[in-house]
Amino acid sequence: MNELAEQFFNLEIMRAAWPTLMDGLVVTLLLCLAVIPAGLVGGLCIALACLARSRWSRWPAILLVDLFRAIPPLVLLIFVYAGLPFAGLDIEPFTAVVIAFLLNNSAYYGEVFRAGILSVGTGQDEAARSTGLNAAQTLWHVVLPQAVRNVLPDLLSNTVEVVKLTSLASVVSLAELLYSADMARSITYNASPIVLAALIYLALLWPLVRLVSRFERRLVR
Amino acid sequence: MSGRSGFVETFFNAEVLARYAPSILDGVRVTIELSLLIVIAGTASGIALAALRAYRIRAASLAIVLFADIWRALPPLVLILIAFFGLPNAGVYLSSFVVLFVVLGLVLAAFTEEIVWAGITAVHAGQWEASRSTGLGFTQTLFHVILPQALRLVIPPLTNRAIAITKMTALGTVIGVPDILNQATTAQSFSGNASPLMLAAIAYVLLFLPLVIFSRWLESRYAWRRT
Repeated sequence: MNELAEQFFNLEIMRAAWPTLMDGLVVTLLLCLAVIPAGLVGGLCIALACLARSRWSRWPAILLVDLFRAIPPLVLLIFVYAGLPFAGLDIEPFTAVVIAFLLNNSAYYGEVFRAGILSVGTGQDEAARSTGLNAAQTLWHVVLPQAVRNVLPDLLSNTVEVVKLTSLASVVSLAELLYSADMARSITYNASPIVLAALIYLALLWPLVRLVSRFERRLVR
Repeated sequence: MSGRSGFVETFFNAEVLARYAPSILDGVRVTIELSLLIVIAGTASGIALAALRAYRIRAASLAIVLFADIWRALPPLVLILIAFFGLPNAGVYLSSFVVLFVVLGLVLAAFTEEIVWAGITAVHAGQWEASRSTGLGFTQTLFHVILPQALRLVIPPLTNRAIAITKMTALGTVIGVPDILNQATTAQSFSGNASPLMLAAIAYVLLFLPLVIFSRWLESRYAWRRT
Protein backbone atom coordinates (compact mmCIF):
# COMPACT_ATOMS: atom_id res chain seq x y z
CA MET A 1 0.00 0.00 0.00
CA ASN A 2 2.80 2.33 0.99
CA GLU A 3 4.59 1.44 -2.21
CA LEU A 4 1.49 2.39 -4.17
CA ALA A 5 1.28 5.77 -2.46
CA GLU A 6 4.98 6.26 -3.08
CA GLN A 7 4.51 5.57 -6.77
CA PHE A 8 1.33 7.52 -7.46
CA PHE A 9 0.98 10.13 -4.71
CA ASN A 10 4.52 11.12 -3.85
CA LEU A 11 3.97 14.60 -2.45
CA GLU A 12 7.62 15.56 -2.58
CA ILE A 13 7.85 14.78 -6.29
CA MET A 14 4.53 16.50 -6.91
CA ARG A 15 5.79 19.63 -5.20
CA ALA A 16 8.98 19.59 -7.28
CA ALA A 17 7.01 19.10 -10.49
CA TRP A 18 4.43 21.80 -9.67
CA PRO A 19 6.14 24.80 -11.39
CA THR A 20 6.71 22.80 -14.61
CA LEU A 21 3.12 21.65 -14.60
CA MET A 22 1.88 25.20 -14.13
CA ASP A 23 3.85 26.26 -17.22
CA GLY A 24 2.22 23.36 -19.04
CA LEU A 25 -1.20 24.38 -17.80
CA VAL A 26 -0.72 27.85 -19.30
CA VAL A 27 0.04 26.28 -22.69
CA THR A 28 -3.00 23.99 -22.38
CA LEU A 29 -5.22 26.97 -21.62
CA LEU A 30 -3.74 28.96 -24.52
CA LEU A 31 -4.37 25.97 -26.76
CA CYS A 32 -8.00 25.85 -25.59
CA LEU A 33 -8.35 29.57 -26.26
CA ALA A 34 -7.13 29.06 -29.82
CA VAL A 35 -8.87 25.79 -30.58
CA ILE A 36 -12.35 26.19 -29.06
CA PRO A 37 -13.32 29.48 -30.80
CA ALA A 38 -11.78 28.24 -34.06
CA GLY A 39 -13.79 25.02 -33.83
CA LEU A 40 -17.00 26.89 -33.02
CA VAL A 41 -16.63 29.25 -35.98
CA GLY A 42 -15.55 26.44 -38.31
CA GLY A 43 -18.40 24.29 -37.08
CA LEU A 44 -20.97 27.01 -37.67
CA CYS A 45 -19.70 27.51 -41.23
CA ILE A 46 -19.80 23.76 -41.85
CA ALA A 47 -23.32 23.51 -40.43
CA LEU A 48 -24.56 26.32 -42.67
CA ALA A 49 -22.91 24.64 -45.66
CA CYS A 50 -24.55 21.32 -44.73
CA LEU A 51 -27.96 23.00 -44.59
CA ALA A 52 -27.58 25.11 -47.71
CA ARG A 53 -30.09 24.70 -50.48
CA SER A 54 -27.49 24.09 -53.19
CA ARG A 55 -26.34 20.52 -53.38
CA TRP A 56 -22.91 21.75 -54.49
CA SER A 57 -22.46 23.16 -51.03
CA ARG A 58 -24.33 20.44 -49.14
CA TRP A 59 -22.64 17.28 -50.35
CA PRO A 60 -19.00 18.37 -50.07
CA ALA A 61 -19.71 19.72 -46.58
CA ILE A 62 -21.31 16.46 -45.42
CA LEU A 63 -18.47 14.47 -46.97
CA LEU A 64 -15.93 16.64 -45.15
CA VAL A 65 -17.72 16.21 -41.83
CA ASP A 66 -17.91 12.44 -42.16
CA LEU A 67 -14.31 12.20 -43.32
CA PHE A 68 -12.97 14.10 -40.33
CA ARG A 69 -15.22 12.22 -37.96
CA ALA A 70 -13.80 8.97 -39.34
CA ILE A 71 -10.12 9.85 -38.89
CA PRO A 72 -8.86 9.64 -35.29
CA PRO A 73 -7.65 13.07 -34.11
CA LEU A 74 -4.19 11.72 -33.30
CA VAL A 75 -3.82 10.37 -36.84
CA LEU A 76 -4.82 13.75 -38.20
CA LEU A 77 -2.40 15.50 -35.89
CA ILE A 78 0.55 13.28 -36.81
CA PHE A 79 -0.38 13.56 -40.46
CA VAL A 80 -0.28 17.34 -40.23
CA TYR A 81 2.79 17.48 -38.03
CA ALA A 82 4.92 14.79 -39.68
CA GLY A 83 3.41 14.78 -43.16
CA LEU A 84 3.31 18.44 -44.14
CA PRO A 85 7.07 18.99 -43.75
CA PHE A 86 7.45 16.41 -46.54
CA ALA A 87 5.42 18.74 -48.73
CA GLY A 88 7.88 21.50 -47.91
CA LEU A 89 5.77 23.12 -45.20
CA ASP A 90 7.60 23.30 -41.90
CA ILE A 91 5.25 24.11 -39.08
CA GLU A 92 5.45 24.61 -35.35
CA PRO A 93 3.84 22.00 -33.10
CA PHE A 94 1.36 24.62 -31.87
CA THR A 95 0.27 25.43 -35.43
CA ALA A 96 0.02 21.74 -36.30
CA VAL A 97 -2.26 21.14 -33.31
CA VAL A 98 -4.45 24.11 -34.19
CA ILE A 99 -4.79 23.00 -37.83
CA ALA A 100 -5.54 19.36 -36.97
CA PHE A 101 -8.01 20.29 -34.26
CA LEU A 102 -9.70 22.90 -36.44
CA LEU A 103 -10.46 20.15 -38.97
CA ASN A 104 -11.57 17.64 -36.35
CA ASN A 105 -13.52 20.00 -34.09
CA SER A 106 -15.28 21.82 -36.92
CA ALA A 107 -16.73 18.49 -38.00
CA TYR A 108 -18.03 17.71 -34.52
CA TYR A 109 -19.24 21.22 -33.67
CA GLY A 110 -20.73 21.34 -37.16
CA GLU A 111 -22.92 18.33 -36.47
CA VAL A 112 -24.07 19.88 -33.19
CA PHE A 113 -24.94 23.21 -34.79
CA ARG A 114 -26.71 21.45 -37.64
CA ALA A 115 -28.91 19.52 -35.22
CA GLY A 116 -29.56 22.76 -33.35
CA ILE A 117 -30.58 24.74 -36.41
CA LEU A 118 -32.82 21.87 -37.56
CA SER A 119 -34.50 21.84 -34.15
CA VAL A 120 -35.78 25.38 -34.68
CA GLY A 121 -39.13 25.21 -36.46
CA THR A 122 -39.37 26.63 -39.98
CA GLY A 123 -42.17 28.87 -38.73
CA GLN A 124 -39.58 30.92 -36.85
CA ASP A 125 -37.67 31.47 -40.04
CA GLU A 126 -40.77 32.41 -42.02
CA ALA A 127 -42.09 34.74 -39.34
CA ALA A 128 -38.75 36.52 -39.01
CA ARG A 129 -38.39 36.94 -42.75
CA SER A 130 -41.92 38.28 -43.08
CA THR A 131 -41.18 41.02 -40.54
CA GLY A 132 -38.57 42.28 -42.98
CA LEU A 133 -35.38 40.78 -41.54
CA ASN A 134 -33.02 39.50 -44.20
CA ALA A 135 -31.60 35.97 -44.22
CA ALA A 136 -28.45 36.86 -42.28
CA GLN A 137 -30.35 38.86 -39.67
CA THR A 138 -32.86 36.03 -39.28
CA LEU A 139 -30.08 33.54 -38.75
CA TRP A 140 -28.18 35.69 -36.27
CA HIS A 141 -31.03 37.18 -34.24
CA VAL A 142 -33.75 34.53 -34.43
CA VAL A 143 -32.60 31.06 -35.44
CA LEU A 144 -29.13 30.80 -33.87
CA PRO A 145 -30.07 31.90 -30.33
CA GLN A 146 -32.79 29.26 -30.20
CA ALA A 147 -30.59 26.66 -31.89
CA VAL A 148 -27.75 27.19 -29.43
CA ARG A 149 -30.12 26.97 -26.48
CA ASN A 150 -31.51 23.68 -27.78
CA VAL A 151 -28.11 22.03 -28.19
CA LEU A 152 -26.31 23.64 -25.26
CA PRO A 153 -25.64 20.28 -23.55
CA ASP A 154 -24.06 18.88 -26.72
CA LEU A 155 -21.99 22.02 -27.24
CA LEU A 156 -20.79 21.77 -23.67
CA SER A 157 -19.97 18.07 -23.81
CA ASN A 158 -18.15 18.58 -27.09
CA THR A 159 -16.13 21.36 -25.53
CA VAL A 160 -15.15 19.04 -22.68
CA GLU A 161 -13.95 16.60 -25.34
CA VAL A 162 -11.93 19.33 -27.02
CA VAL A 163 -10.20 20.28 -23.78
CA LYS A 164 -9.39 16.61 -23.19
CA LEU A 165 -8.10 16.33 -26.75
CA THR A 166 -5.51 19.06 -26.17
CA SER A 167 -3.56 16.39 -24.24
CA LEU A 168 -2.75 14.80 -27.62
CA ALA A 169 -0.50 17.78 -28.31
CA SER A 170 2.01 16.10 -25.97
CA VAL A 171 2.63 13.51 -28.71
CA VAL A 172 4.05 16.19 -31.03
CA SER A 173 6.13 17.51 -28.09
CA LEU A 174 4.18 20.68 -27.46
CA ALA A 175 4.94 21.46 -23.82
CA GLU A 176 1.36 21.50 -22.55
CA LEU A 177 0.15 20.04 -19.27
CA LEU A 178 0.48 16.34 -20.08
CA TYR A 179 3.82 16.78 -21.83
CA SER A 180 5.28 18.62 -18.85
CA ALA A 181 3.95 15.94 -16.51
CA ASP A 182 5.40 13.18 -18.65
CA MET A 183 8.77 14.92 -18.74
CA ALA A 184 8.73 15.08 -14.96
CA ARG A 185 7.75 11.42 -14.87
CA SER A 186 10.62 10.33 -17.06
CA ILE A 187 13.10 12.27 -14.94
CA THR A 188 11.81 10.98 -11.61
CA TYR A 189 10.78 7.46 -12.68
CA ASN A 190 7.59 8.08 -10.77
CA ALA A 191 3.99 8.44 -11.95
CA SER A 192 3.06 11.11 -9.39
CA PRO A 193 3.52 14.08 -11.80
CA ILE A 194 0.99 12.54 -14.20
CA VAL A 195 -1.38 11.88 -11.32
CA LEU A 196 -1.00 15.54 -10.42
CA ALA A 197 -1.77 16.49 -14.02
CA ALA A 198 -4.82 14.23 -13.84
CA LEU A 199 -5.97 16.08 -10.71
CA ILE A 200 -5.57 19.42 -12.52
CA TYR A 201 -7.60 18.15 -15.48
CA LEU A 202 -10.19 16.88 -13.02
CA ALA A 203 -10.40 20.27 -11.30
CA LEU A 204 -10.91 21.92 -14.70
CA LEU A 205 -13.37 19.48 -16.17
CA TRP A 206 -15.33 17.86 -13.37
CA PRO A 207 -17.70 20.83 -12.92
CA LEU A 208 -18.38 20.81 -16.66
CA VAL A 209 -18.99 17.06 -16.71
CA ARG A 210 -21.49 17.42 -13.84
CA LEU A 211 -23.21 20.21 -15.71
CA VAL A 212 -23.46 18.05 -18.84
CA SER A 213 -25.09 15.26 -16.85
CA ARG A 214 -27.56 17.68 -15.28
CA PHE A 215 -28.50 19.07 -18.67
CA GLU A 216 -28.82 15.67 -20.31
CA ARG A 217 -31.22 14.39 -17.71
CA ARG A 218 -33.44 17.46 -17.97
CA LEU A 219 -33.54 17.33 -21.73
CA VAL A 220 -34.26 13.66 -22.18
CA ARG A 221 -37.52 13.94 -20.23
CA MET B 1 10.23 19.50 -54.79
CA SER B 2 8.83 19.84 -58.27
CA GLY B 3 5.13 20.35 -58.33
CA ARG B 4 2.67 17.57 -58.80
CA SER B 5 4.99 14.62 -59.27
CA GLY B 6 6.79 15.61 -56.07
CA PHE B 7 3.50 15.47 -54.21
CA VAL B 8 2.69 12.03 -55.61
CA GLU B 9 6.21 10.80 -54.80
CA THR B 10 5.85 12.00 -51.24
CA PHE B 11 2.32 10.94 -50.36
CA PHE B 12 1.49 8.16 -52.84
CA ASN B 13 4.86 6.57 -53.51
CA ALA B 14 3.96 3.20 -55.08
CA GLU B 15 7.16 1.51 -54.03
CA VAL B 16 6.89 2.63 -50.41
CA LEU B 17 3.20 1.78 -50.34
CA ALA B 18 3.86 -1.75 -51.61
CA ARG B 19 6.68 -2.30 -49.13
CA TYR B 20 4.76 -1.20 -46.06
CA ALA B 21 1.20 -2.24 -46.92
CA PRO B 22 1.58 -5.66 -45.18
CA SER B 23 2.69 -4.17 -41.86
CA ILE B 24 -0.11 -1.61 -41.98
CA LEU B 25 -2.50 -4.47 -42.67
CA ASP B 26 -1.19 -6.12 -39.50
CA GLY B 27 -1.98 -2.85 -37.77
CA VAL B 28 -5.50 -2.95 -39.16
CA ARG B 29 -5.99 -6.37 -37.58
CA VAL B 30 -4.77 -5.13 -34.19
CA THR B 31 -7.00 -2.04 -34.39
CA ILE B 32 -10.07 -4.14 -35.26
CA GLU B 33 -9.39 -6.68 -32.49
CA LEU B 34 -8.92 -3.96 -29.90
CA SER B 35 -11.97 -2.04 -31.07
CA LEU B 36 -14.25 -5.07 -30.86
CA LEU B 37 -12.97 -6.02 -27.40
CA ILE B 38 -13.37 -2.46 -26.13
CA VAL B 39 -16.88 -2.03 -27.53
CA ILE B 40 -18.12 -5.36 -26.16
CA ALA B 41 -16.56 -5.02 -22.70
CA GLY B 42 -17.23 -1.29 -22.40
CA THR B 43 -20.90 -1.24 -23.37
CA ALA B 44 -21.69 -4.43 -21.43
CA SER B 45 -20.17 -3.16 -18.20
CA GLY B 46 -21.63 0.32 -18.73
CA ILE B 47 -25.14 -1.11 -19.11
CA ALA B 48 -24.59 -3.31 -16.05
CA LEU B 49 -23.55 -0.26 -14.01
CA ALA B 50 -26.58 1.73 -15.14
CA ALA B 51 -28.85 -1.19 -14.19
CA LEU B 52 -27.19 -1.44 -10.80
CA ARG B 53 -27.73 2.28 -10.29
CA ALA B 54 -31.46 1.76 -10.87
CA TYR B 55 -31.65 -0.15 -7.56
CA ARG B 56 -30.79 3.14 -5.85
CA ILE B 57 -28.50 1.60 -3.26
CA ARG B 58 -26.86 4.70 -1.85
CA ALA B 59 -23.25 3.57 -1.60
CA ALA B 60 -23.31 1.77 -4.96
CA SER B 61 -24.87 4.73 -6.77
CA LEU B 62 -22.37 7.13 -5.28
CA ALA B 63 -19.48 4.91 -6.34
CA ILE B 64 -20.89 4.58 -9.85
CA VAL B 65 -21.42 8.33 -10.27
CA LEU B 66 -17.93 9.02 -8.98
CA PHE B 67 -16.43 6.48 -11.37
CA ALA B 68 -18.40 7.78 -14.35
CA ASP B 69 -17.54 11.41 -13.59
CA ILE B 70 -13.82 10.86 -13.15
CA TRP B 71 -13.44 8.65 -16.20
CA ARG B 72 -15.39 11.08 -18.34
CA ALA B 73 -13.46 14.11 -17.12
CA LEU B 74 -9.92 12.78 -17.57
CA PRO B 75 -8.22 12.71 -20.97
CA PRO B 76 -7.74 9.04 -21.97
CA LEU B 77 -4.08 9.67 -22.81
CA VAL B 78 -3.45 10.74 -19.21
CA LEU B 79 -5.04 7.55 -17.92
CA ILE B 80 -3.08 5.45 -20.40
CA LEU B 81 0.24 6.97 -19.33
CA ILE B 82 -0.54 6.57 -15.62
CA ALA B 83 -1.47 2.92 -16.11
CA PHE B 84 1.39 2.10 -18.45
CA PHE B 85 4.22 3.82 -16.60
CA GLY B 86 2.86 3.76 -13.06
CA LEU B 87 1.62 0.21 -12.61
CA PRO B 88 4.93 -1.62 -13.31
CA ASN B 89 6.62 0.30 -10.48
CA ALA B 90 3.79 -0.85 -8.24
CA GLY B 91 4.50 -4.44 -9.23
CA VAL B 92 1.69 -4.83 -11.80
CA TYR B 93 2.95 -5.76 -15.25
CA LEU B 94 0.50 -5.42 -18.12
CA SER B 95 1.25 -5.42 -21.84
CA SER B 96 0.55 -2.20 -23.73
CA PHE B 97 -2.32 -3.99 -25.52
CA VAL B 98 -3.97 -4.88 -22.20
CA VAL B 99 -3.42 -1.38 -20.77
CA LEU B 100 -5.10 0.19 -23.79
CA PHE B 101 -7.97 -2.30 -23.66
CA VAL B 102 -8.59 -1.80 -19.95
CA VAL B 103 -8.36 2.01 -20.02
CA LEU B 104 -10.52 2.56 -23.11
CA GLY B 105 -12.94 -0.15 -21.97
CA LEU B 106 -13.41 1.69 -18.68
CA VAL B 107 -13.77 5.06 -20.44
CA LEU B 108 -16.47 3.61 -22.68
CA ALA B 109 -18.12 1.98 -19.64
CA ALA B 110 -18.27 5.37 -17.90
CA PHE B 111 -19.89 7.09 -20.89
CA THR B 112 -22.24 4.16 -21.52
CA GLU B 113 -23.36 4.22 -17.89
CA GLU B 114 -24.27 7.92 -18.09
CA ILE B 115 -26.06 7.56 -21.43
CA VAL B 116 -28.02 4.45 -20.44
CA TRP B 117 -28.90 5.97 -17.08
CA ALA B 118 -30.29 9.03 -18.86
CA GLY B 119 -32.34 6.57 -20.95
CA ILE B 120 -33.62 4.73 -17.87
CA THR B 121 -34.76 7.95 -16.23
CA ALA B 122 -36.43 8.98 -19.49
CA VAL B 123 -38.73 5.95 -19.55
CA HIS B 124 -42.10 7.08 -18.29
CA ALA B 125 -42.82 6.30 -14.63
CA GLY B 126 -46.13 4.76 -15.70
CA GLN B 127 -44.16 1.92 -17.26
CA TRP B 128 -42.72 1.02 -13.85
CA GLU B 129 -46.08 1.23 -12.14
CA ALA B 130 -47.91 -0.73 -14.80
CA SER B 131 -45.47 -3.60 -14.91
CA ARG B 132 -45.10 -3.76 -11.13
CA SER B 133 -48.89 -3.96 -10.82
CA THR B 134 -49.01 -6.90 -13.23
CA GLY B 135 -47.00 -8.78 -10.63
CA LEU B 136 -43.47 -8.45 -12.07
CA GLY B 137 -40.75 -7.91 -9.46
CA PHE B 138 -38.38 -4.94 -9.51
CA THR B 139 -35.61 -6.86 -11.27
CA GLN B 140 -38.01 -8.35 -13.80
CA THR B 141 -39.48 -4.91 -14.52
CA LEU B 142 -36.04 -3.41 -14.93
CA PHE B 143 -34.75 -6.04 -17.33
CA HIS B 144 -37.90 -6.92 -19.28
CA VAL B 145 -39.69 -3.57 -19.46
CA ILE B 146 -37.50 -0.59 -18.67
CA LEU B 147 -34.05 -1.48 -20.03
CA PRO B 148 -35.27 -2.52 -23.50
CA GLN B 149 -37.05 0.81 -23.90
CA ALA B 150 -34.16 2.78 -22.41
CA LEU B 151 -31.63 1.13 -24.71
CA ARG B 152 -33.77 1.86 -27.74
CA LEU B 153 -33.86 5.52 -26.77
CA VAL B 154 -30.11 5.82 -26.43
CA ILE B 155 -28.90 3.81 -29.42
CA PRO B 156 -27.80 6.88 -31.46
CA PRO B 157 -25.72 8.63 -28.75
CA LEU B 158 -24.32 5.28 -27.65
CA THR B 159 -23.22 4.45 -31.20
CA ASN B 160 -21.56 7.85 -31.59
CA ARG B 161 -19.71 7.45 -28.33
CA ALA B 162 -18.60 3.91 -29.13
CA ILE B 163 -17.18 5.09 -32.47
CA ALA B 164 -15.39 8.02 -30.84
CA ILE B 165 -13.77 5.74 -28.29
CA THR B 166 -12.74 2.98 -30.70
CA LYS B 167 -11.03 5.71 -32.74
CA MET B 168 -8.96 6.38 -29.64
CA THR B 169 -7.20 3.04 -30.12
CA ALA B 170 -4.78 5.21 -32.12
CA LEU B 171 -3.55 6.51 -28.75
CA GLY B 172 -2.00 3.07 -28.25
CA THR B 173 0.79 4.25 -30.55
CA VAL B 174 2.18 6.30 -27.69
CA ILE B 175 2.79 3.20 -25.54
CA GLY B 176 3.79 0.97 -28.45
CA VAL B 177 0.66 -0.98 -29.36
CA PRO B 178 1.30 -2.10 -32.96
CA ASP B 179 -1.90 -0.58 -34.33
CA ILE B 180 -2.38 1.14 -37.69
CA LEU B 181 -0.90 4.47 -36.63
CA ASN B 182 2.08 2.88 -34.92
CA GLN B 183 2.93 0.78 -37.98
CA ALA B 184 2.57 3.86 -40.16
CA THR B 185 4.80 6.14 -38.09
CA THR B 186 7.44 3.40 -37.90
CA ALA B 187 7.27 2.90 -41.66
CA GLN B 188 7.38 6.65 -42.21
CA SER B 189 10.56 7.07 -40.20
CA PHE B 190 12.22 4.07 -41.89
CA SER B 191 11.30 5.11 -45.42
CA GLY B 192 11.64 8.86 -44.95
CA ASN B 193 8.43 9.19 -46.92
CA ALA B 194 4.94 10.27 -45.96
CA SER B 195 3.11 7.60 -47.97
CA PRO B 196 2.66 5.23 -44.99
CA LEU B 197 0.87 8.04 -43.11
CA MET B 198 -1.41 8.55 -46.08
CA LEU B 199 -2.07 4.82 -46.20
CA ALA B 200 -2.91 4.84 -42.48
CA ALA B 201 -5.33 7.73 -42.94
CA ILE B 202 -6.98 5.84 -45.80
CA ALA B 203 -7.18 2.68 -43.69
CA TYR B 204 -8.92 4.59 -40.89
CA VAL B 205 -11.35 6.17 -43.33
CA LEU B 206 -12.19 2.76 -44.81
CA LEU B 207 -12.71 1.32 -41.32
CA PHE B 208 -14.64 4.15 -39.71
CA LEU B 209 -16.44 5.99 -42.52
CA PRO B 210 -19.04 3.19 -42.88
CA LEU B 211 -19.61 3.38 -39.11
CA VAL B 212 -19.98 7.16 -39.19
CA ILE B 213 -22.47 6.91 -42.05
CA PHE B 214 -24.30 4.14 -40.19
CA SER B 215 -24.57 6.34 -37.09
CA ARG B 216 -25.91 9.18 -39.24
CA TRP B 217 -28.58 6.81 -40.55
CA LEU B 218 -29.40 5.64 -37.02
CA GLU B 219 -29.80 9.23 -35.90
CA SER B 220 -32.26 10.07 -38.64
CA ARG B 221 -34.15 6.85 -38.02
CA TYR B 222 -34.47 7.32 -34.29
CA ALA B 223 -34.91 11.08 -34.43
CA TRP B 224 -37.72 12.46 -32.34
CA ARG B 225 -40.66 13.27 -34.52
CA ARG B 226 -40.78 17.03 -34.85
CA THR B 227 -44.07 18.79 -35.07
